[in-house]
Amino acid sequence: MSSSHGALAHHFESLDQQREAHTLGMWAFLVTEVMFFGGLFAGYAVYRHAYYDAFARASNHLDAHIGGINTAVLIGSSFTMVLAVHAAQRCKKIQIFVWLWATIILGGVFLGVKYVEYADKWQHHLIPGPNFQFEGVQGGHEQIFFAFYFTMTGLHAFHMVIGAVILAWLSVLALKGRFDQPGRNAVEMIGLYWHFVDLVWIFLFPLLYLIGRHHA
Amino acid sequence: MSGHEQSHMKLYFGVFVTLLVLTFVTVWIAEHDYGAFNTPIALAIASFKASIVILYFMHVRWSSRVTWMAAGIGFVFLVILLGFTLSDYLTRDWMQIYGPALGSR
Repeated sequence: MSSSHGALAHHFESLDQQREAHTLGMWAFLVTEVMFFGGLFAGYAVYRHAYYDAFARASNHLDAHIGGINTAVLIGSSFTMVLAVHAAQRCKKIQIFVWLWATIILGGVFLGVKYVEYADKWQHHLIPGPNFQFEGVQGGHEQIFFAFYFTMTGLHAFHMVIGAVILAWLSVLALKGRFDQPGRNAVEMIGLYWHFVDLVWIFLFPLLYLIGRHHA
Repeated sequence: MSGHEQSHMKLYFGVFVTLLVLTFVTVWIAEHDYGAFNTPIALAIASFKASIVILYFMHVRWSSRVTWMAAGIGFVFLVILLGFTLSDYLTRDWMQIYGPALGSR
């Protein structure tokens, strides 16, 4: 392991211990993220229980097939992320670059679709606020659903943008040879973050898009 | 660490395909009427998808117990958050003395 001198920080005894510490640190951060989104999920659960019919009507206004395709796109980006981590563990800089950018591009597709969805909401007066109207009616509880929809998917999209920027930065580092020697964990750590963002969406999709669809 | 990564590729691909299939199943089930079971089924499928992402994509299956614990603790606190919050709000109208449920006039 003497070729990986540069990768071992002085306060660690071995590369394995260093990797363990990095992993634990990233998981500690992800736990805070779980609680961050968890609070929103808890609020959503309470209000969905209180206003189920309004939530179902509001949810049926979302396009479940577009949402489903977007879910598949995001799952695809998690798969390409796994491939990037795999390449990083084998120190293959070109593959790292390719799979990181595949991940970024799929993430970009996801965000593009979300933009189209948001634009559609704007057209239909579904942005919460003084101009909110649900099917011509103001003051209904559907607005609460859309408040959760925009807050949760917006926060999720914000997390994706941050992730994509970091992935792009790592791709540059890869080309510069940063991951040519073993012992560098950055790609794997950002992979954990990216998968977490995917996990949030795995729950957001059915909860937001698929309420009471069988009545339709 | 580099030795056993090769053999995981088929597993990763299998997990990926499983996730896609389950996404399709989730939408399909939502469009059929299973009464009160629609939501629990959707959440169960989502939970299974989450667990295979965590175990395989996030490598927790091959991680140390410390990592298992860190990931598990997040889940434990989420359950506490949801459990206590919902056990309050969902039972508000069970006994009249505790007042009306949220959302009823």
